[in-house]
Amino acid sequence: MPTEQEREEAHWRKTTNLMLTHLGIWFFFGYIVHMFVNVLNKVTIPILGFPLGFYMAAQGALIVFVVQLFLFAKQQNKIDREFGFAEDEE
Amino acid sequence: MATQTSSASDAFYKQLGRMYGTYTGGFIGFVVFLALLEYLGVPNRILGYLFVFFTLAVYAIIGIATRTAQVSEYYVAGRRVPAFYNGMATGADWMSAASFVAMAGSLFLQGYDGLAWVLGWTGGFVLVSILVGPYLRKFGAYTVPDFLSFRYGGNFARFLGVIVLVCCSFTYVTAQVYGTGIIASRFLGMNFELAVFAGLIGILACAMLGGMRAVTWTQIAQYIVLIVAYLVPIIILSTQHYGIPIPELTYGRAIADITAREQELIKSGLAVLCTAADCGPTTLKPHIQPFMNYTPLNFFGIIFCMMVGTASLPHILMRYFTTPSVKQARDSVAWSLLFIFLLYFSAPAYAAFSKLEVYTNIIGRDLSALRPWLFTWGELGLIKICGADAVSLDAAIAACKKIANHPGVLRFQDFSINTDVIVLSTPEIAGLPYVISGLVAAGGLAAALSTADGLLLAIANALSHDVYYKMIQPLEDKKRTIVISAIVAVVVAGLFWFTAVPSPLYGIQWRWLLLGGLAVLAAVVYPFWGKANDVAKRLILARVLLLLVAVAAASLASTRPSDILAMVGWAFSLAMAGNFPALTLGIWWKRATTTGAICGIIAGWGICLFYLVTSRYFPQAGVTYFGMSSLLNPETGQALVDISKIMADPKWLADVPASATNPMANRVGWFDLNNINCGLLGMPLGFLVMIVVSLMTKAPSKEMMAFIDEIRKPRGRTVLEEKTS
Repeated sequence: MPTEQEREEAHWRKTTNLMLTHLGIWFFFGYIVHMFVNVLNKVTIPILGFPLGFYMAAQGALIVFVVQLFLFAKQQNKIDREFGFAEDEE
Repeated sequence: MATQTSSASDAFYKQLGRMYGTYTGGFIGFVVFLALLEYLGVPNRILGYLFVFFTLAVYAIIGIATRTAQVSEYYVAGRRVPAFYNGMATGADWMSAASFVAMAGSLFLQGYDGLAWVLGWTGGFVLVSILVGPYLRKFGAYTVPDFLSFRYGGNFARFLGVIVLVCCSFTYVTAQVYGTGIIASRFLGMNFELAVFAGLIGILACAMLGGMRAVTWTQIAQYIVLIVAYLVPIIILSTQHYGIPIPELTYGRAIADITAREQELIKSGLAVLCTAADCGPTTLKPHIQPFMNYTPLNFFGIIFCMMVGTASLPHILMRYFTTPSVKQARDSVAWSLLFIFLLYFSAPAYAAFSKLEVYTNIIGRDLSALRPWLFTWGELGLIKICGADAVSLDAAIAACKKIANHPGVLRFQDFSINTDVIVLSTPEIAGLPYVISGLVAAGGLAAALSTADGLLLAIANALSHDVYYKMIQPLEDKKRTIVISAIVAVVVAGLFWFTAVPSPLYGIQWRWLLLGGLAVLAAVVYPFWGKANDVAKRLILARVLLLLVAVAAASLASTRPSDILAMVGWAFSLAMAGNFPALTLGIWWKRATTTGAICGIIAGWGICLFYLVTSRYFPQAGVTYFGMSSLLNPETGQALVDISKIMADPKWLADVPASATNPMANRVGWFDLNNINCGLLGMPLGFLVMIVVSLMTKAPSKEMMAFIDEIRKPRGRTVLEEKTS
């Protein structure tokens, strides 16, 4: 049985990794994608008619952020439960 | 007693879904009823009044019904707001008059570049959830400065936190009160100053008696109104044009049409394309073409500053103090962004549909064929044709006749539109009945009021909880009297200085009106104060301060301070430079020390404030002493202003502090960095100073390390247990 301190450290390591992963996703869709807007604009989304670069800034990145937040809440909660640090559900 | 209240409130929380469901149904029924009235011939003006007064009355009823006498209910709604509902409340808290009315306008004018605001005002919630929000919830603070004080041992850090908070929030709240005045005066034809004070009453009715608890439940009601009001007009418009009621999907075709039409206009000589050789304000900037209004640095800078600013603004962070658990705080951020997303991903559709209307039915048309909806806005000075307000068809034709060689067909450069008109005029462009316009006005009002409530509460709580309860009350009697007297003296002197400017409504007498009001307030409060116990005293003080801050904001807003409105964007950069390093390192880096944090806040926030104030008010000094140069035109790369020429002109040299018309104001800086992005200077410096100084000073104590471990684990009691009654 690991000590409380070991559990704390392992919990925080996992939390930090999750944080870095999600910051990476955030940075990619918040910035990197939009640096290639001119290239992406050459592609038009079929049927809808949006230029892809414009679409990524107007909707694509926003959808990623929303999905990402629900996913993050789930993942972080799983980490908390794994180490016994989650709250009791009422 | 305790069990009784908790079982009664359990029933309350179980019924939330039904209550707000009924409310939404009732609201839709109300809109249908007004539509019926309109059909029966009731005049528009009456409909407008009914709309505004009924929605205001509902908010006030909710606000008064949820009044409270408990400290934790007042400050954090008892920490019992479920994630889903807190998400909705945060949505309303977040989306201001600017989001509702002005953002679609920026997208109209700036095309792709305007999307920087859409991205910046959504992506920040990722940072809130991952880096800050849930940890502050676990800490269990009432305010953001509470956390700074505990983590960085003492009242100096708390005091810095309060200064940063008040600076960011006060300009912001003034802009919201101003927004209520604009909307009410535009739709109801009310006097602007009167409308400001009417809005003030709406705000106070929601916030004063119930604090955070009342604001939470009214913000949810306001969210429902604002989102319905925003979506209905474009859903109808999209169905009319493309047969599909999902504007977010159909505006792709509108964009393709806009691009085709832009090329037609240029080919036929009705518009001049912005090129590297000439990109003046009257040239056409293609809608989907990036980086014509902002350089890539400033474009990404705005995204970054708005995002990090989101994660640093106290009125947003404090909404996550109200959830029942850390897990729910995280869920709640996700719900918040979903509710905010609904509005923000629709805004570009507004811009695209309006632009298509302007490009096909206005520009390129014969002057005599102009559409009549233009002139209602022209009368208010919001649409100009050929340089003059488009008050009527004749006026527009006359103005264009004065221009030499005018072809008699409206050209791109002949037409200018105020950004507020885009959302407000959409119902008329679509030919919808007036009731939809009234709905939009009610939505805009809900957006402004809800944000104002959240901000006011943030300011008043910082003053009552942090400054009074935590800093002044613990002083010994004698010192306390001195401090309080000094504060009162400064406030009264400030009032006299401020009211030296005559109010447009009351003239110079309003100084006495204001002081008289204060005296009446003191007379009313005093008897309660004498009888009150400590808890009651805390709440009385919190309410009095809320009232005072609200009146100050409304007084300032009624003078129509153009600068204040421009400063709202600054709030994000200031919050980011002042709060972000101290908050994130406080949670994520145990080694961060008190001295490090204090130096970091002062350095980061200081440089940001310096950059803003110098480039706006003292550009001459910025150029002479601090090596600032002109910002560049993003397309041509040329300087926006000829500095050597202006600096040689005694008229501008003597213009200190610089007026809004000074050509150098807001147009000078370092590294071609727009001053709204000063957080890009302040935040890295804040981090750097904080880390270096922390490493040079002694590591925090064992207890502090244990405290940080504690806030990292959701399980267990909140760290800062407040005694509540």
